[in-house]
Order: sequence, then structure tokens, then C-alpha cells
Amino acid sequence: MAKKADSPLSRRAWITTASGVIAAGLIKTQADAVKIVAQEVSTPAQDPTKIPGRLTSELGQRAPAEQPRRLVRSPNLSSSSRTPLQDLYGIITPADLHFERHHAGIPNIVQEEHELLVHGMVERPMVFKMADLKRYPQTSRIRFVECSGNGGGAYNRDRMPTEATPQSLDGLLSTSEWTGVLLSTILREVGIRNGASWILAEGSDAAVMSRSVPLEKAMDDAMLAYGQNGEAIRPEQGYPVRLLLPGWEGNAQVKWLRRIEVTDRPTMTREETSKYTDPLKGGRARQFSFVMDAKSLITFPAFPYQLPDRGWWEIKGLAWSGRGKITRVDVSTDGGSSWTPAELQGPILSKSTVRFRHLWDWDGRETHILSRAVDETGYVQPTVHQLWDARGERTSYHQNHQRAWKVASDGAVTFGLGDLV
Amino acid sequence: MLSVLMVSVLFSGCGQADLPVTTSDVLPTEVADQLPPSSPQTFGFGGEATDERIAMWDIDVKPDGEGLPSGSGTVAQGKLVYETQCIACHGATGTEGPFDRLVGTGPWEEWPSARVVGAYWPYATTLFDYIVKAMPQLTPGTLTADQTYAVIAYVLNMNGLVADDAVMDAATLPAVEMPGRDRFVPDDRKGGPEVR
Repeated sequence: MAKKADSPLSRRAWITTASGVIAAGLIKTQADAVKIVAQEVSTPAQDPTKIPGRLTSELGQRAPAEQPRRLVRSPNLSSSSRTPLQDLYGIITPADLHFERHHAGIPNIVQEEHELLVHGMVERPMVFKMADLKRYPQTSRIRFVECSGNGGGAYNRDRMPTEATPQSLDGLLSTSEWTGVLLSTILREVGIRNGASWILAEGSDAAVMSRSVPLEKAMDDAMLAYGQNGEAIRPEQGYPVRLLLPGWEGNAQVKWLRRIEVTDRPTMTREETSKYTDPLKGGRARQFSFVMDAKSLITFPAFPYQLPDRGWWEIKGLAWSGRGKITRVDVSTDGGSSWTPAELQGPILSKSTVRFRHLWDWDGRETHILSRAVDETGYVQPTVHQLWDARGERTSYHQNHQRAWKVASDGAVTFGLGDLV
Repeated sequence: MLSVLMVSVLFSGCGQADLPVTTSDVLPTEVADQLPPSSPQTFGFGGEATDERIAMWDIDVKPDGEGLPSGSGTVAQGKLVYETQCIACHGATGTEGPFDRLVGTGPWEEWPSARVVGAYWPYATTLFDYIVKAMPQLTPGTLTADQTYAVIAYVLNMNGLVADDAVMDAATLPAVEMPGRDRFVPDDRKGGPEVR
């Protein structure tokens, strides 16, 4: 918040201050003088063209008025925090705002001591230090990571929220430029034995969190990521190295990775049996439902924003698919009766979020605005009715149905289709 | 492909927002998911993993029981472990919480109460794999193999899946029949127009 200065430092007062400093003998060079002056400029609302600005610094910081924050629901017990999607531009999530999800806290790992063990059905069981991993051919790619439970808060017919924000509902989604070594490079190094079909990936956290992953994915586009948005991966995201499985549910992308065992069957860990399986109607449950289907979300306008007047507004949002590229995002401004293709902003990358925009001339009447994503497989983001029909109303995870915002005649925006569902 | 990229770069500099966006615009910016052909078969970075080293970390348990250590535990022994190590989070009868409910046999469809061991968990071995690594929450990895077998025996007994005099060990645990086993089906979603 840019607070208004009640009594802005006048030029006379500033001169007096500077003079006092000079008189005290603290200024010996011109550089000193600039430094002292710069420190005086921390009070906002002065004419910035009349006072030299702040000097360089070793570590940058956000503008005082720009302080986006992750949403942490119960600080003392929390194992997740959510990205402020409504506060961000473009597609990259600043690393310190990437959502968090862990099962036993964020481990404190010393990079120099961290090792990755790769064994099982391999020709050469090996141990890699981080320096070893970093010496292998390096690659970077922009990919989203999303928790498969993201958005589940808007699935239950009897508990549809209205005061949900993009962050509170779908903030378990972030996009980064990840850097690391392809897992296929490391598996090639150790030599996969005939008959192998799965790997077990295991973390070095206090839950020793582990997931089974098909070898096919491991050899396709999986990465051992140690970089995030140009710097070392953050501790919350798996420092010093995590498994990245582009397009797949976040839980399987094991952080703080310490062990990979090549196997011929899944291990059936708790996170792939009791959790992260999707109950279906008819008493069945879907297992190893890794891929995140196409999804989109309007991030503006959204609760708790209130449009101050009618007229031109740009509807903005994000779309993404775990199966490849987004090919189209449709926007409806009449509650889903008619749809118009939104403008997609490049780069349109596979398994990455994409920005969409749609110019809307709001006539001031109450309506609902929605978006629906289409990906390169021809999949169309379904309505909640379609998911209810396909899976039942008691399912969990992968609830990628269309999101809607109600715009009231006074401009107030709330979540959901309300009675239109 | 390169020429397509260059055209796209040229136009983007002019701010022509109405240019159609096609997927071919961006293909050249993506790195291939494989090593260049000039790469050696192996690079030799990293060290050999000794058997001792592997044994130290290879503590997971497979659904057929592979990886289970020696040791054993009874339902009665497990009650003691449960009441000192587990009860605060899972409740006196495994149903009270405040954290995950452990005990119940259904009705299975009543989510989330149905994700209990007796109704949902497909493999008893998962209990060992999970508890020995991740439980108790505040002192994970501190239970002995005997204590782990024992507390599993107690939890299974509370779910009505093993008898009061049951002994859990590397042979008996994988043989426990779990009601949830045949509920699980593979993921049949595959993209395309069909919603599954």
C-alpha cells in the first residue's frame, strides 16, 4: 500500500538534514553524499524527480505496495499454501510464490551432502552427488505443476463456495522454468535391465514420501530438476533436486529426491492407494490417475473484485493441459449460452500454463462469465455435470470442471454458477 | 521450423495482436527430450552404489511382501504401541481423529469416511511401508520392526480383518485379505472428446 505522507519532507527540511550530516563530518566524498541522501528518500510521496533515487543493492525487493502472498490456511498445522493467481502476470510464478504441499514439513538439506541413489533393476547401481548431476547435459523447460486436489472445493453440490478467490480455489497451481538433467539420461547411465516397467521415487523428507511412476514416463520427459526460474530450486519445491513429471499430478513429482528404484511393478505406497486415488460411482476407484486434464480459470475479474462501472473490461485467465498444448480457450459472458474464442498469448508451450484474454463490453446487467479450455487431443474442459455423470458426486482429485464467476449488477464478483448449475 | 519461428519473432515485434497463434510458432523453442546423437553411451559421472549403501536406504515394502524385515508383533503388543504413539492423532478407536480415520468397514461410497484401512486400503503391506517411514508424525522412523508389525496387527484387528490372537510378520502381513483390493481400476482417461 502506498501510504500518503501526511507531512512530506520539504526540500528545506531535507537540506537541513543533509547539512547536519555534513556538519557532523559524516560526508567525506560525493558518493557518501549520494548514499546519505538516498537513505532519506525512503519516505514516499515526494517528487521523485527532485531527489536522487535509491542506489543499487545485492538483492532486489518488491515495490512496497506490491506484496503478493501465498495463502496459508492454518499456519500452525499447514501442509499447503496457495499461489496468488489473481496477483500475477504472464505465466511464470515467482519462485517464492510457488504453491507448497508437503507431508511432513520442508527438510533442511545441505546440498554438498545430498545424494541420489539409483538402483534396482539396473546394470550399474549408482550414487550421484549434486555436482555429478549438474555435470550431465542440462535442459530447461517451462512446465506447470498442479496438485491433483486443486479446485476440489468447488465440486460438492451442497457446498459450492461463493466467496472463493482464484487463489483459495485453484492456487495449488504454479508454473516455472525448471532446469535439470533428463531422468532418461541418468537411467541410460545406470542401464535399465530387461523386464523393468516402473520406478519408485522417494524423498528425503520426514515422510520419506514415495510414489511409483511408470518407466515409460521416466524415459519420456521426466527431469531431475535442480533449477527454478533461473536460480537453485527453492527448499519448498524440493531443494536440492526434485522429480519433475511434466503434466502429471504434483504429488508424484517427488521433492527432495534421494532414491530411485527401478522395478517391475508398482510399490503401492500410501500416496498411490489410500490417497491420490479417485473414487468413482459404482464402488470403484481410479488408480494411477497421473495426468492433469485440460483446465482453465478466469483470474480477472474474480471475487472479491467489484467492477466499478460498466463498459470495456478485459477478462484474463490461465489455461493448461497435462496432455500437451492448449489449442483454444472459449469464454462465455452469458452464463454458458454462447462462447467466443479468447485470444491466446504465446508462447503456447506443452504442459505449461497459457495466458488468455477476452475483451468484454459489460452492459451493467447481472451475468455469469466462464471459460473452457481445449487441448491438442480435442479434450474440452467439461462442465461439473459432465464430471458428476462420469465419476459420481463423491469422487475426489482431478476436478477440472469449468469455473464460473457471477457478476452482479453492482459489479460485485462472486464464485460459481449459483442456481444455473 | 526455424523459418516459422523467425517469422513469428519478426511479427511479434510489430505488436500485431490479431496474428493467428498456431502451435508451430513455438515448436523450435522446445528442447528435445533426448540426448544429442553425439553423446557417449555413459558419462561416468557419479559413483558405484555398494550393497551396504543400498540396504541402508532400500526400506520400501512391495505388495507381495518383498522388503519386509524379520520380526513380528501381536494385536496385544500393538495396542500398547497404539495407545502410546498413535492415539493422540487417530483417536481411541481409530475413528475419532483429529487426523486420518483408520477404522471402518463402510459403506464404502461415503467419502471421505470410506478411505479407512478396512474399506479402502488395497494392500496390508502399504501399512508397513508407510508407518516405518512416516509415522509417528513427530518422531518418524523410530518404531522398531516388531513395534511396526504389532501396531499394524492392532489396526487390522480394529478393522475386523485379523483375529485377536493374530501375529503379523513378513509371511502373514502380505496374506491379509483387504476388502478394498478389487475396487481399484486403472486410469482410463486418455484425452480426446470423451469425458471420463
